[in-house]
Amino acid sequence: MSENGMIGKARRGTAKKRDSADRTQLQTILIRFTRHRPAMVSLVLLGLIVLFAFVGPFFWVWDHTVYKEIPSNLPPGGDHPLGSSAAGNDVLAQLMRGAQQTLKVAFTVSLVSTVVGSLWGATAGYYGGRVDALMMRVVDIFLIVPLLVAAAAIAGSAGAGASWSAIALIIAIFSWATIARVVRGVVLSLREQEFVEAARASGASAPWIIVRHLLPNAAGPIIVAATLLVAVAILAEAGMSFLGLGIQLPDISLGQMIGSARTAVTTRPWLFYPPGVLLVLICLTINFIGDGLRDALDPRQTRVRR
Amino acid sequence: MTTEYMNEEHATAETGDDVVLEVSDLSVTFPSDDGPLPAVREVSYVLRRGEALGIVGESGSGKSVTSMAIMGLLPRNARVEGSARVLGQEVIGLDDKAISQVRGKKIAMIFQDPLTSLNPVYTIGYQIAEAVLAHRKVSKQDAMKRALELLEIVGIPSPEQRLRQYPHELSGGMRQRVVIAIAMANEPDVIIADEPTTALDVTVQAQVLDALQRARRETGAALVLITHDLGVVAGQVDRVGVMYAGRIVEMGPVEEVFYRPRMPYALGLLGSLPRLDGDRSDRLTPILGSPPSLRDLPPGCGFAPRCPMARERCHQEEPRLLLTNGDTGREPSEAGAPTVHTAACHFSDELVGVGAADLFRPGEERPETTEGEPEPKNPVEPDVLLSATDLVKHFPIRSKGILRRKVGEVQAVSGISLDLREKETLALVGESGCGKSTTARLLLNLIRLTSGEVTYMGRPLQGLSDRRMRPLRKDLQLVFQDPFASLDPRMTVSDIIAEPMRIHGDGHRDARRRVKELLELVGLDPEHGSRYPHEFSGGQRQRIGVARALSLNPRVLVLDEPVSALDVSIQAGVINLLEDLQDELGLSYLFVSHDLSVVKHIADRVAVMYLGKMVETATTEQLFSAPAHPYTQALISAIPLPDPIKERTRERIMVTGDIPSPANPPSGCRFRTRCPKFANELSDVERTKCVEEPPELLDRGAGHRDACHYSEVVELI
Repeated sequence: MSENGMIGKARRGTAKKRDSADRTQLQTILIRFTRHRPAMVSLVLLGLIVLFAFVGPFFWVWDHTVYKEIPSNLPPGGDHPLGSSAAGNDVLAQLMRGAQQTLKVAFTVSLVSTVVGSLWGATAGYYGGRVDALMMRVVDIFLIVPLLVAAAAIAGSAGAGASWSAIALIIAIFSWATIARVVRGVVLSLREQEFVEAARASGASAPWIIVRHLLPNAAGPIIVAATLLVAVAILAEAGMSFLGLGIQLPDISLGQMIGSARTAVTTRPWLFYPPGVLLVLICLTINFIGDGLRDALDPRQTRVRR
Repeated sequence: MTTEYMNEEHATAETGDDVVLEVSDLSVTFPSDDGPLPAVREVSYVLRRGEALGIVGESGSGKSVTSMAIMGLLPRNARVEGSARVLGQEVIGLDDKAISQVRGKKIAMIFQDPLTSLNPVYTIGYQIAEAVLAHRKVSKQDAMKRALELLEIVGIPSPEQRLRQYPHELSGGMRQRVVIAIAMANEPDVIIADEPTTALDVTVQAQVLDALQRARRETGAALVLITHDLGVVAGQVDRVGVMYAGRIVEMGPVEEVFYRPRMPYALGLLGSLPRLDGDRSDRLTPILGSPPSLRDLPPGCGFAPRCPMARERCHQEEPRLLLTNGDTGREPSEAGAPTVHTAACHFSDELVGVGAADLFRPGEERPETTEGEPEPKNPVEPDVLLSATDLVKHFPIRSKGILRRKVGEVQAVSGISLDLREKETLALVGESGCGKSTTARLLLNLIRLTSGEVTYMGRPLQGLSDRRMRPLRKDLQLVFQDPFASLDPRMTVSDIIAEPMRIHGDGHRDARRRVKELLELVGLDPEHGSRYPHEFSGGQRQRIGVARALSLNPRVLVLDEPVSALDVSIQAGVINLLEDLQDELGLSYLFVSHDLSVVKHIADRVAVMYLGKMVETATTEQLFSAPAHPYTQALISAIPLPDPIKERTRERIMVTGDIPSPANPPSGCRFRTRCPKFANELSDVERTKCVEEPPELLDRGAGHRDACHYSEVVELI
């Protein structure tokens, strides 16, 4: 997500909190965001999902690894509200753990790729010329290698049962390039703006201009790309798990749950729908929050969508 | 329509048949998210055959929307009320097919931007022929023949060749002439020209206006000339209407309105205009405030909030457009007779014999400005702060593709030398592409120079690294042309103004206090620091830009066209501010501009540039009273004076053609391809010298230097 952008804005906002009776930047942004209804609903929903995934396991009697005590293929009801799997795991417990792993992977990928990609793209775009050509060829290399093949190669050599952080890193390595390209494109037009020249005329250095002027002005496209990346990461992780390269049993992820339930969609729907719906919910809510953030961070946006 | 009855009355009251366009009570409202937006309110005028009517107003006054409504070119969601009759035929509310029969044939339009009003994929000939074929049943050959004829009329050289060319092969002025040719293709009865010369350089503007007059003569069409430029209006039209906040607030014969304005706004507009025929010591009289938002117009007169003579009645009752002649018993205007002078002001009678300065600066004593000390000619010349010797900047032109080989170079600046002294204003003047902005940036070391030398207080700047340059940047600051692009939209105004201080590591608390000081200094509310730039108007933003430049207490301010994006009434305020700041803070200005009237008003010395070379430099008095270089003379005489009689009777030196490409400048004297002296006065022997030998910048005494082999002083104003 765009935590980096938020933090930057927040710091500037608090720094001059007592400056005037007027609203600080942070407050204005917050007010704008809260007026964006889909984003607010999504934020609450995502919060609930996060609670469910990270706090839920502490309160639920079953652990996702337990399978011997539970009969297989129980339909929902009684002690197991979402039933049990073919191996005899409690589906609710698996769902919590799965969502937790998936969220961790997705957010890490998004954060790492966005930070690296934005800085890389902004630097290439700002300097232009040879620096740009060289940096973008590197990006091209990462773009043309298919994610799954590369992931298979790396994960294969790293050995099965990789941890979530390793998986997140692998996905991030192959997804920052898209952000870099988007940001470079935006920066190429931004750097011709007079306010950039104004900063240069005041003696600002290149890092100053990139961080203070170029990235905040590219926030809209960056946030959109970052939210899309969350969905991409979730799907990539699911794909990898499905191929046996991602998170492995007894640990579990949403992708893995969906993968293993693919033959049971009609016969035992409780195995397929809960992780499926949760996956869609996570992707949707994050996209709406991204929309809300983009609008809230743009001071020119006077009206707020209802 | 409700106006039906009125129209008939008009038709009988006047000799109806010579009226080609009659607009009555035309109103246009746009729906918007925040409620209806009345862009035009009850506009009425009558245009007779062959007459030229000017509509002037600042941006947002509704002048363009009015004509778009007549042409039926407004977006579907606009609500148009009232009536507009072209040769007696109602055009408001016609469907697409019916209005197409009127457009082009009876009424034609010329748009501001010649770049976008021609289709880039068709030849010029095809596009003119297309216009002919749309309304006439003639063969394609005949249409092409007509196209050729039209190009000749608008004065395009070698027209046969042009017919086969595409729009991108023609310069802006040439394209605008093609647009005029298309407009007159079917000999319309009315031509509406919407800011036809705003996008063009002054010397080219003179050519295009000339073409427009020729088109009118040829077709006998009546002209509606919409412009913000009072000078253009003064010379081109018979009658003029002044628009403000969607209404016509004053209308009458051009001499009446210019010499005897009866509406405070028109008076203020004239007073806020820097004039080529004015005196430098005359201070401009800006109109305070800015035009009202159309969304919440004041209940009374739209100008009342900015008007110094506004009274109770003005805030409550909207004045109607009434006759001004006859001291008593003002009657409702009969939008008719051409000599009628009308104004929408409750107290227009009180404006008899009142000057702009009397009204807009009542308290101030007039001669008190700079005239008190008659510019003491210092026996000791002030120190040179910034100095440039033989500046050269060539931009490489690279081939497309991967290799990006250098295939040529644009000689943006080719050997400019200048000195900026302490506390003086040096103006760098020239048309677009002459290299004036590049020179300004070279002086600030913002772009690397190809060769030459820049020194600031004796210290060479070229080759300094960014870090070594940084301390010097405190002294040398820049103000930009575009007040919209030069402020980071994501930063608050305080952050923008404080940024230079932060870059130079000044304390936080200090910065905050200084921001308030600066906001006050440039005439803004110091409490508005937490707002964003988009919440301010153009003039206010430019003030923010000035405040940012001042935040480090610079000694030199480079102003790159600081007022050319602003409306006249706002521009005057910014110019006054710059003058005050110079007096107060002892700044030196390098003032880059294309506008000689502004330059004459603000500068101590002027340097005229043409195609990367300096052609003439002198003190302002010398340059304007006795210009020596033919280019300077042409430039001065191309500036329209906002004075109808002077404008029509003055001597003109016209240049032909367009500025050559700086990638391939002419040999010898760069101006020779357009030089009227070269074309008309010189003998063949003399011409050879111009072709072969680049003229040096030579002193004619008293610091007045020009670069012409055959320079000769001419008095123009």
